[in-house]
Amino acid sequence: MVMKRIGVFICHCGRNIAGTVDVKKVAEEIGKREDVAIATTYVFMCSEPGQKLIEDSIKKYDLDGVVVANCSPTLHERTMRNAAARAGLNPYRVEIANIREQCSWPHENEPEKATDKAIRIINATIEKLKANASLEPIEVPVIRRALVIGGGVAGIQAALDLADSGIETILVEREPSIGGNMFRLSETFPTLDCPQCILTPKMNDVANHPNIKLYTYSEIEDVSGYMGNFKVKIKKKATYVDWDKCTGCGECMKVCPAYALSEYDFGMAKRKAIYIQNEQAVPLKAVIDENKCIKLQFDKKVREGKIKPKKHVRICEKCVDVCDAQAIHFKNNEEIIEEEVGAIIVATGFEVMPAEKFPELGGHYPDVVTALQFERLLAPSGPTNGIPRRPSDGKIPKRIAFIHCVGSRDPEHGVPYCSRICCMYLIKQATLYRHAVPDGEAYAFYIDIRSNGKGYEEFYERSKEEYGVVYIRGKVGKVYKVGDKYRVQAVDTLTGRVIEMDVDMVVLATAAVASKGIKELAKKLRIPYDEWGWLKEVHLKLRPLETPVAGIFIAGTAQFIKDITDTVSEASGAAAKAMAMLSKPKLEKEPLLAKVDPEICAGCGRCKEVCPYGAIDIDPRRHVAVVNEALCEGCGACSANCPTTAIQVVNFKKPQIINMVDVLAEVF
Amino acid sequence: MKYTIKEDPHKNEDVQEIMAISGQNIFSCFQCGRCSSSCPMAEFMDILPNQVFMLLQEGNVEPLMTAKTPWICAACFTCTVRCPVGLDLAAVMEAIREKQLRKNYDYVDPYKVEERDILPPIAMVSNFRKFTP
Repeated sequence: MVMKRIGVFICHCGRNIAGTVDVKKVAEEIGKREDVAIATTYVFMCSEPGQKLIEDSIKKYDLDGVVVANCSPTLHERTMRNAAARAGLNPYRVEIANIREQCSWPHENEPEKATDKAIRIINATIEKLKANASLEPIEVPVIRRALVIGGGVAGIQAALDLADSGIETILVEREPSIGGNMFRLSETFPTLDCPQCILTPKMNDVANHPNIKLYTYSEIEDVSGYMGNFKVKIKKKATYVDWDKCTGCGECMKVCPAYALSEYDFGMAKRKAIYIQNEQAVPLKAVIDENKCIKLQFDKKVREGKIKPKKHVRICEKCVDVCDAQAIHFKNNEEIIEEEVGAIIVATGFEVMPAEKFPELGGHYPDVVTALQFERLLAPSGPTNGIPRRPSDGKIPKRIAFIHCVGSRDPEHGVPYCSRICCMYLIKQATLYRHAVPDGEAYAFYIDIRSNGKGYEEFYERSKEEYGVVYIRGKVGKVYKVGDKYRVQAVDTLTGRVIEMDVDMVVLATAAVASKGIKELAKKLRIPYDEWGWLKEVHLKLRPLETPVAGIFIAGTAQFIKDITDTVSEASGAAAKAMAMLSKPKLEKEPLLAKVDPEICAGCGRCKEVCPYGAIDIDPRRHVAVVNEALCEGCGACSANCPTTAIQVVNFKKPQIINMVDVLAEVF
Repeated sequence: MKYTIKEDPHKNEDVQEIMAISGQNIFSCFQCGRCSSSCPMAEFMDILPNQVFMLLQEGNVEPLMTAKTPWICAACFTCTVRCPVGLDLAAVMEAIREKQLRKNYDYVDPYKVEERDILPPIAMVSNFRKFTP
C-alpha cells in the first residue's frame, strides 16, 4: 500500500535551522507534491505544542505517513514516533529528515543552497517513508536474575542494591577476596575515612545476603544470549583447598616455606604460596598459588616426566600437617558453572601504569613507587603498619617528592586524558605522610591541581596550611640516583627557575588505565571499548551507564577513571537501570531488524560471518539464513554483505535506499 | 613588569613566521614545564624553554629577539623527546635563531673584533655565519 496522505512538519529549531534554511519556502515546495496532504512549519517541533500539531494533523487530515524535518533522529525520533502513536498512527510510519546536523549547521554560509538541500533531504525521506511497513515491537521474555562482574566497591554496591530489591544476583570476582582497589587504600579523600572500616560492612553484607551468590577467584568464560536471557559460563579457578572446610585460621600461611610478591600489596610485601588475601578477606579462605607451591611444582614436573621419582615421596605438605580442618587436598578443583541471568553489570575497575614504564623518572629504582604502592605503605593494615619505609633498606624516608601527571595528559608517552583522581590522592598521601612522619618533608610537583569535588579544594588548602606540604608548579624532567638519595631535576615555571633537590623516596602518580583483561571480557560480552580499554557508553552525557548491547550496563571505573563518590553513585544507577529492565514481565524491542527472504537466500553464510551479535544461523536442512530476532540489533552489516539482497533490514530495504539516493543525487 | 596584549597572538606576524619556519603549532603547549626541567642547559638560559612558549602564546616576540636562550640551546632534542604534546622544541629554537639572524640583531663587524689575529679562523667563519648581516 503506497502512502498518499503524508504530513511534513518542518522545525525552525529556533534559529538553528530557520536562521539558514528558508523554512517557509521549503514548506511551499514540499506542499506541491501530490502525495503530501500537509506541509507546515513550527518553531520547536519537539515542544508540547509542536507534538500536538502533529497529533492534530494526523487526525484532521487522516495522515498515513509523517516526515518530521528537524535534528538528528538520535535526539527526537522517539518523541515524534510516540506523538504519532498517540494519534493512532503506527510509529514506524514516522521518519525524521535531518536538516540540522546535515544541512543548516554545515552550510551556514550558503543559505540558498542549504534551502535546496533541505528540500532534497525531505523529498528523499518521503521516498523512503512511502515503502515503510507498519511494525509492532517484538516481545522477549526476561529472567529475573542479574550478574555483576567485578567485586570492587562498584560491584559490591550494585550487587547489594539489586539484591535488596529482591533480584537474585551473582557477583563474580577474579581475586580470592572482594574489595578491589578501594580496599587497598590507606585512607580516602577528603574525609580521611579508613576504607577498611567503611567497606567491610558492605563486604560482609554481600557474603551474608540471601539474594547474592558470590563467586570469588572466578572469571567469566563465555557469554551468550540476549537481553533478559543471557547464558553465562563462569570458571572457578583451582584453589587446591576445599573452601567448604577451610576456616580461614591462617595456620597454613605460617608454616609455608615458599614466597611470592603479594598482589594485594602491589609487590610492596611478600606472601606465602598458600595464602589468604588479607585479614578481612571476604570470603576468608585460603588459596594455593600453583606456580609457587613446592609440592604442586614437583607434581607438575612428575606429570611432565621431567622428574621420575623411584618411590612415593612426600614433598613439603607442611600446610596439610597443620590444617585441623583437613581442607587442603592439592586437587585441581577448577570447574565451570553455568548461570542464566537477565541483566549484566560490568564493574571491572582500573589499574595504574607500572613505574617501570617511566625510566626517566627513575621508575626502575626500588624507592620510586607508584601511588597505589605508596597507599599500601601508608595503610595501617599494610606491610609497614602505616609508617612508610623505603622498600630498598627499610629506612623511614625524611623527604619525599610526589610527582603528578606521570603518563597522564601525555599523548606522546602515555595517555592523553587527565586521570582525574591523582591530584587528590597525592594531596592525601602527602598529608598522611606528614602526619605519620612529623619531621618529614613533602614536595608535590604539579602542573595543575584539579580539586573539583565536594570538600576537595578545602582539603588541598588544608594540606598547605596545616600539614606544610610544599607545592611546586612544574613537571619533573628527571630522577636519578646519587648515593642513597634520589636527585629530582625539576622546574618552577612560576618563578622561571630550574630546581634540583635530593629526596629519599619518589611517588609517581602514574596514569590510570582499564584493568587487565578487560578487552578479552568486552569481546565475550560484545561491548565496545576504546584504545585504553575504557568501556564505551551509549551517550557520554545522557546514557553513561548503558552499552550498545541491550541488557548490559557499566558501572564505576570500568567506564572511565573516577573517584569513590562517583563510582558508588554510578553503581547504584546501573543497578536501578537493571532493575527497571528486570521488573517488566516481558521486554519490548525495536522491530527494525534483519529479515531473510528464504526464497532468494542461497545459504552462503556471509551474513553469519559479519554479524557482530552472533544473531544469524544457517538452517542446515533448508540451507537458508535464520535471524534470531532477540539477538539482532538491526545494524545492517548482513544486508550490506548479502550478494543476493535476501537479507535486509526492515524499513531499510534496498529499493528504499536506492530511491533516496536517486532523489539526493539528481542533478537539477 | 607589565605587558599589554594589543592583538590576537594568533594573528601576530612574528608568531606566524616562527610557526611557519618550525612547522610547529606553538599554541598546543600547555605549560607543563617538562622541557625546562629536562633541559641540560636550562640553568644557563635567560628565558626558560617553557617561558619561550608562553611569550609566543601571548604574542610577545620582542624579548625573544634579543634572548640568549636559542643560542644556548644545544639542540640535544631532550625536550622534543619529552614534550607530552609532541612539539619539536628544537625546531622552534632554530626558528627563533633564524629570525634573530634576519633581524640582523647583534651582528659582528669583523673590523671591530680586536682579537682577530689570534682567533682561530674557524671561529671567525662561524661568527660570520651567525652574526653578519
